[in-house]
Amino acid sequence: MAFEGLSTRLQNVFGKLKGRGKVTEDDVNEAMREVRLAMLEADVNFKVVKDFIAKVKEKATGLEVVKSFTPAMVIIDIVNKELTELMGGTQEKLAKASKPPTVILMAGLQGAGKTTLTGKLAKLLQSQNHKPLLVAGDIYRPAAIKQLQVLGGQIDVPVFTLGDQVSPVEIAKQGVQLAKEQGNDYVLIDTAGRLQIDAELMQEIKDIHSAVNPDEVLLVVDAMTGQEAVNVAQSFHEQLALTGVVLTKLDGDTRGGAALSVKAVTGCPIKFASTGEKIDQLEAFHPDRMASRILGMGDMLSLIEKAQTNMDAEKAAEMERKMRTADFTFDDFLEQMEQVRKMGPLDQLLDMMPGMNKLKGNPNFKIDEKQIARTEAIAKSMTKVEKKKPDIINYSRRKRIAAGSGTTLADVNRLLKQFEDMKKMMKQFSGMMGPKGPKGGMKAMKNMFGGGKNMKFPF
Amino acid sequence: MSFFKRLKESIASKTEAVTSKFREGLAKTREAFVGKVAELFSRRKKIDEEFFEELEEILIGADVGVNTVMGLIDELRDEVKKRKIELPSELQPIMSEKLVAMLQGSSQEIGINENPNGITVILFVGVNGVGKTTTIGKLAWKYKQQGKKVLLAAGDTFRAGAIEQLEVWGGRVGVDVIKQESGSDPAAVMFDAVQAAKRQNVDVLICDTAGRLQNKSNLMEELAKIHRVIQREIPGAPHETLLVLDATTGQNALQQAKMFGEKSGVTGLVLTKLDGTAKGGIVIAIRNELSLPVKFVGLGEKMDDLQHFDADQFVHALFADLAGKDESEDTEAE
Repeated sequence: MAFEGLSTRLQNVFGKLKGRGKVTEDDVNEAMREVRLAMLEADVNFKVVKDFIAKVKEKATGLEVVKSFTPAMVIIDIVNKELTELMGGTQEKLAKASKPPTVILMAGLQGAGKTTLTGKLAKLLQSQNHKPLLVAGDIYRPAAIKQLQVLGGQIDVPVFTLGDQVSPVEIAKQGVQLAKEQGNDYVLIDTAGRLQIDAELMQEIKDIHSAVNPDEVLLVVDAMTGQEAVNVAQSFHEQLALTGVVLTKLDGDTRGGAALSVKAVTGCPIKFASTGEKIDQLEAFHPDRMASRILGMGDMLSLIEKAQTNMDAEKAAEMERKMRTADFTFDDFLEQMEQVRKMGPLDQLLDMMPGMNKLKGNPNFKIDEKQIARTEAIAKSMTKVEKKKPDIINYSRRKRIAAGSGTTLADVNRLLKQFEDMKKMMKQFSGMMGPKGPKGGMKAMKNMFGGGKNMKFPF
Repeated sequence: MSFFKRLKESIASKTEAVTSKFREGLAKTREAFVGKVAELFSRRKKIDEEFFEELEEILIGADVGVNTVMGLIDELRDEVKKRKIELPSELQPIMSEKLVAMLQGSSQEIGINENPNGITVILFVGVNGVGKTTTIGKLAWKYKQQGKKVLLAAGDTFRAGAIEQLEVWGGRVGVDVIKQESGSDPAAVMFDAVQAAKRQNVDVLICDTAGRLQNKSNLMEELAKIHRVIQREIPGAPHETLLVLDATTGQNALQQAKMFGEKSGVTGLVLTKLDGTAKGGIVIAIRNELSLPVKFVGLGEKMDDLQHFDADQFVHALFADLAGKDESEDTEAE
């Protein structure tokens, strides 16, 4: 399928070579074709892809790949590093004027999400103890001003408007003036969406720019944008001198190659990523994670971070020991479910894992939060002894558990069976986890999720 | 008679105004896409790997889509081998014909499925920011012009200002908008709207919904519920469920069409923001990879810039310049 991850594809290329033991330059070329396809499928602009491939190829044709036992891994590593670097390496913060207020101007196409982003950014600044002022500069789209007012109302941030009959240039000017008088330290100017080729509207935003002299000009880009992203970014950059980019709708299933295109043609850092419909769902942009996403390799880092913030380190260590020794009881099972749940909705977690997208497309694989609750109920209906020694659960105990949890005998049987399977799997898993360290572990995970067709979750 | 001559005759029967709308709206696509292809074919003197690579880049650059492009290029390679073609100029008509065939597809263009005896319900769905509400405004205007009685349902109860936005459109066009408070259940709004439509004896009920990303399963379920409620109140409705796609979207557009198609029974597509940008290519990808018909295209910002999609018009607007060449070659041959 189209959205197969790059790692799988490269493994296929190099898999064919098994037994030959040597990788030729032709093989590297074939691998580069796969990289190219993966990037094009992710909507990275073809010109950007071309330059990128040339660069990677130069590095990849080095001895390292040819000699390596795992050429696919070496190439992925090179690609990933190059991509991360191209994406901007490190995170960038919002500009700050030496003399307040800091003026931020939003720009972008229609429907990119400027107004929503303006609200989100205000919320973020507010949580950092700033006093933002929103300026409603979109006088064209029906109810755009109202939208900003509602957002402002939700987070208790003032919105400046002169209605839709006054020129946006004048609105922006007066807005900044008001911020100075009222002591707002940030002014966020929302503007109407415009096509980069619309001379009249582009002139208008240039006029706003020269009237208020913003410290930050943010191009708001829909992460789903296709090849056109390059033209949009280039044109806006030439006319407005952008200082940063914000990606919106990144919570969709797009691979988001537009991010790379925009970064490559403007050189401007991507400062934020918008990841949900709620007003606080705005995150700092992580170039390394975006690189993996474009390549279809999942977002393991985000997942690990989520786990780290939400899991109790001590408990995790204990859990790991138990897994290793397969000394795993229903108590631990409940505990673990609790921990996983803290990290957020399961389908979101799965989105972040490599190979999971494919699994999600499978109609037989559906995550049912209700089913999880039912599973929990069964486990909780066991006595202390039963939880520790599931082996003792005989027919009459099963009947009692089913009655106690409001489920059927079949449900209880299924869970017990799956629990046993899981224990077995953990034994295998921990074997792989052992001396080879996390790398081996990742591979095992892949086998678990990607390869094993019969693998089922215990819930 | 050449293919393009036939095409020309087929659209000659249609009004001049529509033809020029398509030509204007697709000017950018024509320049960036067809112009580049023509330039490539006349510049290159030989068909080799580089030629194919460049062609591939032009097509991908117009968002035609990786799968479609790779398929097309493979077909062209086969033709070159089979017919022993050496000159790019010989390959050009073959390619034009293939592109046109993809665009026209096997099925005839179908207009909007209207309910002959009662209310026609049209439901709009799509991801955030594609232009659902604006398209509804334009469509309402279109029906109003035809003398139909139209009612709008403000089903986007989530996004701030969405209800007001639809109300402004309602005011402009002069049609009523059925709404509830922001944050209320959209299915309940639909129920109200259907009842009101029955009471007022309207011809067309157009329903707006909140934008949602296709991978949010709970929001997609909400859509299914809206669908169910409408269906229950008027059997056979909604008569059309139109997915609005932003033409600047890349490969994700195909994903959107697939997921919305599964969850909300999409019957057709509306392609917005097709003017000004060079992205008509996505139409080819959609027609090649999906079985959904394109019903409308948004070719501009004005109220009457929403057009019925007409494959003949579309092809003519894009390829007429190439066609000119073909025809002169035809005459020479005769």
